[in-house]
Amino acid sequence: MDPKLLDDCVHCGFCLPTCPTYQLWGEEMDSPRGRIWLMKATVDGTLELDRTVSERFDRCLGCMACLTSCPSGVQYDRLIELARERVEEEVPRPWRERLLRKVVFALFPYPKRISFALRFASLPAPGPFRPLAELAPPWRERVAPPMVTPARGEKIARVGLLTGCVQSVLFGEVNKATARALAAYGYEVVTPYNECCGALALHAGHREDGHDAANRAYDAFKAAGVDVIVTNAAGCGSHMKDAHLDIPVRDVSELLAAGNAPELHPLPYRVAFQESCHLGHAQRVREEPRAALRSIPGLELLEPADQEICCGSAGIYNLVQPDAARELGNRKAGAVLATTPEIVATANPGCAIQLAASLRRAGTPLPVVHPVELIDAAITGSWEPKSRRHAP
Amino acid sequence: MRAALPQDALLEDEASRRTYECDGLTGRRSVPDLVILPGTVDEVRAAVRLCHAHGVPFVARGAGTGLSGGSLPVAEGVVIGLSRLDAILDIDLARGRVVVQPGVTNLAVTKAVSSAGWYYAPDPSSQQVCTIGGNVAENSGGAHCLKHGFTVNHVMAADVVLPDGELVTLSRDDSGPDLLGLFVGSEGTLGIVVSATLRLLRTPQAVRTWLAGFESTDKAGDAVSQIISSGILPSAIEMMDSLTIAAAEAAVSAGYPKGAGAVLLVEVDGPLAQVDDDSAAIEAICRACGAFEMRAADTVEERARLWKGRKSAFAAVGRISPNYYVQDGVVPRTKLPEVLRSIAALEAEHGLRIGNVFHAGDGNLHPLVLYDAAIEGQSELAEKVAVKILDLCIEAGGSLTGEHGVGVDKACSMPKLFGADDLGVMLRVRDAIDPAGISNPGKVFPTPRLCGEVPGPYRVHPLERAGLADRF
Repeated sequence: MDPKLLDDCVHCGFCLPTCPTYQLWGEEMDSPRGRIWLMKATVDGTLELDRTVSERFDRCLGCMACLTSCPSGVQYDRLIELARERVEEEVPRPWRERLLRKVVFALFPYPKRISFALRFASLPAPGPFRPLAELAPPWRERVAPPMVTPARGEKIARVGLLTGCVQSVLFGEVNKATARALAAYGYEVVTPYNECCGALALHAGHREDGHDAANRAYDAFKAAGVDVIVTNAAGCGSHMKDAHLDIPVRDVSELLAAGNAPELHPLPYRVAFQESCHLGHAQRVREEPRAALRSIPGLELLEPADQEICCGSAGIYNLVQPDAARELGNRKAGAVLATTPEIVATANPGCAIQLAASLRRAGTPLPVVHPVELIDAAITGSWEPKSRRHAP
Repeated sequence: MRAALPQDALLEDEASRRTYECDGLTGRRSVPDLVILPGTVDEVRAAVRLCHAHGVPFVARGAGTGLSGGSLPVAEGVVIGLSRLDAILDIDLARGRVVVQPGVTNLAVTKAVSSAGWYYAPDPSSQQVCTIGGNVAENSGGAHCLKHGFTVNHVMAADVVLPDGELVTLSRDDSGPDLLGLFVGSEGTLGIVVSATLRLLRTPQAVRTWLAGFESTDKAGDAVSQIISSGILPSAIEMMDSLTIAAAEAAVSAGYPKGAGAVLLVEVDGPLAQVDDDSAAIEAICRACGAFEMRAADTVEERARLWKGRKSAFAAVGRISPNYYVQDGVVPRTKLPEVLRSIAALEAEHGLRIGNVFHAGDGNLHPLVLYDAAIEGQSELAEKVAVKILDLCIEAGGSLTGEHGVGVDKACSMPKLFGADDLGVMLRVRDAIDPAGISNPGKVFPTPRLCGEVPGPYRVHPLERAGLADRF
């Protein structure tokens, strides 16, 4: 680990109130400041990196709320990534954890396998796999946007849509809506790459796997001659942006903001927007998705309290730390429901699954959608909320 | 403790205890033997009673943001962390009161009542994270305490666990000596606050912030004195010098006047008519004192933009210097220009840059001594300069600390300000309430042991460097 990165932290504690695990347990070692302190101690050799230490890193959601609240510019994203890499190399995990992680990484990056596994989601799951089954949405037919969607009107750019692994299986409709919306805003949309971008692996300490996957994605987009890579999953977007590719990477909302907006039909609904951590904290894209939603006539945009606190999804966190994730999900559902929405919008598949499961537990299974689906609906003028139940 | 408290309230493993070894003053560290995170007042009492029965020292801790080492643990002692006592117990807007547990953050109090048009006035820069318990212990201030006063002016009552475990309620309504006033600011040496009744203020009708650029801190200092002596009481008067202006510009592009040797931020609040009157007077005074650029902001967003540079100043200075030492001293307002000149002389004499950013309205200085710990001898020099700045404050008729507390950091300087008799009286009061000396020992009062050690940032001892000794 780089001592320079660690020295940036002046121990002021501004990260504590926005850290989900500090909110849950009020323990210093489960806060960014505490984790950095532990990293320092293991680097200067005064503390051994063992299970009691690595558990503290495991419990971090990687939501990056601390990046936003830090006044000193500490690169916590890099630090936790490096710490996790060290943990994977140096600290053996108990067999149950090893097995679960193995299954997760053998499953999620591969769309076909997720699709296959979903058929069995309703069967009783043994011990460590129970959270997987609890969160899983029902199996459904996979849908995908066409390989090429021509721009409507004057073409602004040729963009490559990363359809993703989880997104392409569970939220194919989101990908289709993204392609249609971008086309309507003046972009030619192609989909040359339909596998995992490596975000899940990298955020869990498998840095090389993460970078390899990002490079494979890059090669496919390069070969397809795209001007911009566009993502509609916040976690993937953050990972692709951090990979420093020589093709610009943008979130779909950023392209909508820069596009030629068509006329939109009214959607008279109360919509609670839950900011995804990897969109807000990691990519610092906050205004664009809200602006897109506000541009829909008749739509009332609602902001739940504690917007900066993670919903508990956090990549594979709700699978490997189910108790903390469930509690954070319950709190999030409470904050969302307090705004009395009719629809919930969020810009990441993980958040959508987690929010839907949390709302279901709260007995209020509202439709959970990606903002771009509402834009798409406003373009075509066809939206029937009652019939839509994303990840019910 | 295992028998008296739930398992999840005790942190026993080394890694967990290590993360509690210091607060915001990271140079001073001590790993506690046990960290206790009580979930109820009864658990706080149980822990304190056991400490009392066995003569074990305990240190209360909120969010650990203090800059004077007030919650530095005691070796072979216990840390009692109040982070889990974070409930707002009662909001009574008819009386303008709120009752909170000690782990509630300062900003959370305002957030809970702001939609109804109320706020909690003390606003330390760390208000988003620092807790009411710590605010009560340190009698915290903030930029706006010039008009609205410190924490002591806003605490109406407090439930306190005394060092023997007894639970008492101290209130402003009590007859006899002001024990509540004694407790607020006692830096954890008289017990642990477990709930506080706070006074709320109505959100003012109007707030206006003025930014004024001056050629020099002398001219800006003149303006400060004249504003106060004219009878206007702004809610805040903040000053930054050219070094901190440059740092803030580099970090957040605050948009401060180009070429300014000093900027003043002056904020007035109250009824709109009064804000208008005060504003006109402030503008006239600043211009007469040589302000070459003035801007006013009324809306929340515009005011936030003007404040941004000031609020980011500490962190911003961290970006232009590898290390810095924050000092906290007070001087009479009229002595500001003189003391600032003496600080500049120290800068020239020792070759270290010193940035000045401070609450000018009440003469509370926060000089930042910039240094590079990687250069041998610089951290010692920085500390020496910081202590000399305190000496300047005392010579000018000021005080050791405006709002960061004495803690361990300034305990050794106490005899410079107080005579043996003064200190003796303070110790007798402390002994009356904590005869065993187990509640946050080693803080505030100088002891020979403490003064043999140097406060400030951690440095590798020459013996350690030579491999002849270990730190333990």
